[in-house]
Amino acid sequence: MPTIAPLDLGEHTLFAGFVDETPMFATVDGALHVLEGAHRKVDAHKGLASVTISHDGKHLLTGGEDGKVQLTGIDLVSQTHSQHGSKWIAQVASGPNGALGWAIGKIAYVRENKGQMHELAHGRTVEGLAFFPKGLRIACAHYDGVSLHFPGTKSGTHILPWKGAHLGVSVAPDGEYVISTMQENALHGWRLTDKRDLRMSGYPAKTKSLSWSLKGRYLATSGAPAAIVWPFLAKDGPMGKAPLELGTRGDAMVMVVACHPQEDLVAIGYNDGMILLVRFSDAREVVLRRAGTSAISALGWDKTGARLAFGSDNGDCGVVDLRS
Amino acid sequence: MTAEAQNEKFVPVPVTVLTGYLGAGKTTLLNRILSKQHGKRYAVIVNEFGEIGIDNDLIVESDEEIYEMNNGCVCCTVRGDLIRVVEGLMRRAGRFDAIIIETTGLADPAPVAQTFFMDDEVRAKTKLDAVVAVADAKHLPLRLKDSKEAAEQLAFADVVLLNKTDLVTPAELASLERTIRSINPTARIHKTERSAISLDQVLNQGAFDLNRILENDPHFLDGHDHHDDHDNPAHGEPGHIHDEHCGHDHSHDHHHHHDNVSDIHDLSVKSISLRGGNMVAEKFLSWINDITQTDGNDILRLKGIIAFDNDDDRYVVQGVHMIVEGDHQRAWKDNEKRESRLVFIGRNLDTARITAGFNACAA
Repeated sequence: MPTIAPLDLGEHTLFAGFVDETPMFATVDGALHVLEGAHRKVDAHKGLASVTISHDGKHLLTGGEDGKVQLTGIDLVSQTHSQHGSKWIAQVASGPNGALGWAIGKIAYVRENKGQMHELAHGRTVEGLAFFPKGLRIACAHYDGVSLHFPGTKSGTHILPWKGAHLGVSVAPDGEYVISTMQENALHGWRLTDKRDLRMSGYPAKTKSLSWSLKGRYLATSGAPAAIVWPFLAKDGPMGKAPLELGTRGDAMVMVVACHPQEDLVAIGYNDGMILLVRFSDAREVVLRRAGTSAISALGWDKTGARLAFGSDNGDCGVVDLRS
Repeated sequence: MTAEAQNEKFVPVPVTVLTGYLGAGKTTLLNRILSKQHGKRYAVIVNEFGEIGIDNDLIVESDEEIYEMNNGCVCCTVRGDLIRVVEGLMRRAGRFDAIIIETTGLADPAPVAQTFFMDDEVRAKTKLDAVVAVADAKHLPLRLKDSKEAAEQLAFADVVLLNKTDLVTPAELASLERTIRSINPTARIHKTERSAISLDQVLNQGAFDLNRILENDPHFLDGHDHHDDHDNPAHGEPGHIHDEHCGHDHSHDHHHHHDNVSDIHDLSVKSISLRGGNMVAEKFLSWINDITQTDGNDILRLKGIIAFDNDDDRYVVQGVHMIVEGDHQRAWKDNEKRESRLVFIGRNLDTARITAGFNACAA
């Protein structure tokens, strides 16, 4: 079994991963933590509502229960980019060229690198936010569909309709597919070239974690006793194909998935705290961490895929080193 | 299944929903709950920060976001905003002991309640304790006339605070109480001024808990049928309800009556109280399932205790629209009359058909 450097943060962990190749964690109390030899932390927010890693991998983009949107690097110095009273910043997203996005209620905000702001109003609450991998295009998930915008241009909003509540959204690395997670234990997808709908259902629980594998060939998802991994390699994507079911356990649910950055492998975090590493080609499993005291809530690889940071519901965190 | 559900020490967080019109006294009640020295910490979810401040550390603003579930049923609605906020709150469950949701005067309480039954994660982490309606005694008659929400909030409530009683006469108050009772025979009604009430009458009611359902509900258990229970005082006497039997013209231009509750017979929200003996379990379960599917849109609440033939245990049932929960509760006591009682509260309910259906389940 690989070695684990443990770190007890005592709070629900929303983010675990590598910023500037250094292990970093974000907990719901609003603290950001760096584990670099010693443990350093800063209380960046009065309560953390949302967090993601910046597109360039150098900062954490955080949205607070204190209405603040901030960027923080491993020096733990935060730059505040917006302040919205005491509203919860429910969503944040990071795009190419330093673009930042966040959402409060029905409005999504986009900040371009040079500070130019765009407000994108919707008819319903923006529940999910994702930039396209190239260019300044953003997808906003909401009730009855996903809206696509090119902020700062004259081209209008393009709506991808599908009835029901869309709670999260992800864009494939090649920008060809938009995938949403739904209230009723299913994913919905749209292929942008021909607007074909994809319906990915049969989950026993809501999918909350999505991870694209190397070059977007597979999409790994949570929400079942196995990681459900949809193939996107063929021309028609996953249409008419069965997904891989990896790391199936009879007595546990998959909470978080994180595809390896260089190989067709996925790290799977379960509700009992176990973490498995599973290979797509033959479903072979390696235990990275035995069951712990609470559910895995966050996973993140370093660039080479040698180390995996993990966080959990009760703050039982750490870094798995596969080189040892 | 969630991690919390696996943890034996985990206790679901109780949720109290406050409904009522703007100005009825909801925020006053909320501040009373929050300011009492009870050692409990509350997370408060409000629709918008009102003009009256709420004195609490943890207040979350939440925009009403109704989700229809993709199951073809128009009444299967939940509040998406509450799913999101409750999930966020529960990540830091240690900082509060209970959740209070203050809804707007125009909010439909059904999606709020259904959120706590229809979303698996919310359901695993929290338990709906009770819906508390605050009604302004002075303005309730007018509200009942000019809106459908006022009657539905009363119909939906487990506890009703008939507030601002100092602004009406005893006769008006008695009449209002009967009006509320005619809409909702199972709610506990408390007459208050400035929302002053002992908190144990509002919190920890267990109104949706099958183990406690109706246990402290004298109006349900005393055997009175409140529809036939109007010992209506004579016309002009305190408490008289003007109805079609009192023999004078109820044209809308008569202004000499200060209590407009004469118009209550126009209300489409009403209740049906059913009583019977032993029931055949299969028949009853099949019927309650069918009736809540066919009439679920109009059924706001239902509660009942059923005596099944050849069964020593009481069967209890409660429902919100199409959602029905039932379970065996405890054995009938020796001194207890084995009797089946069921109350429907709803809109445009077909009394004859529902009564016939219930009676057909008799053993």
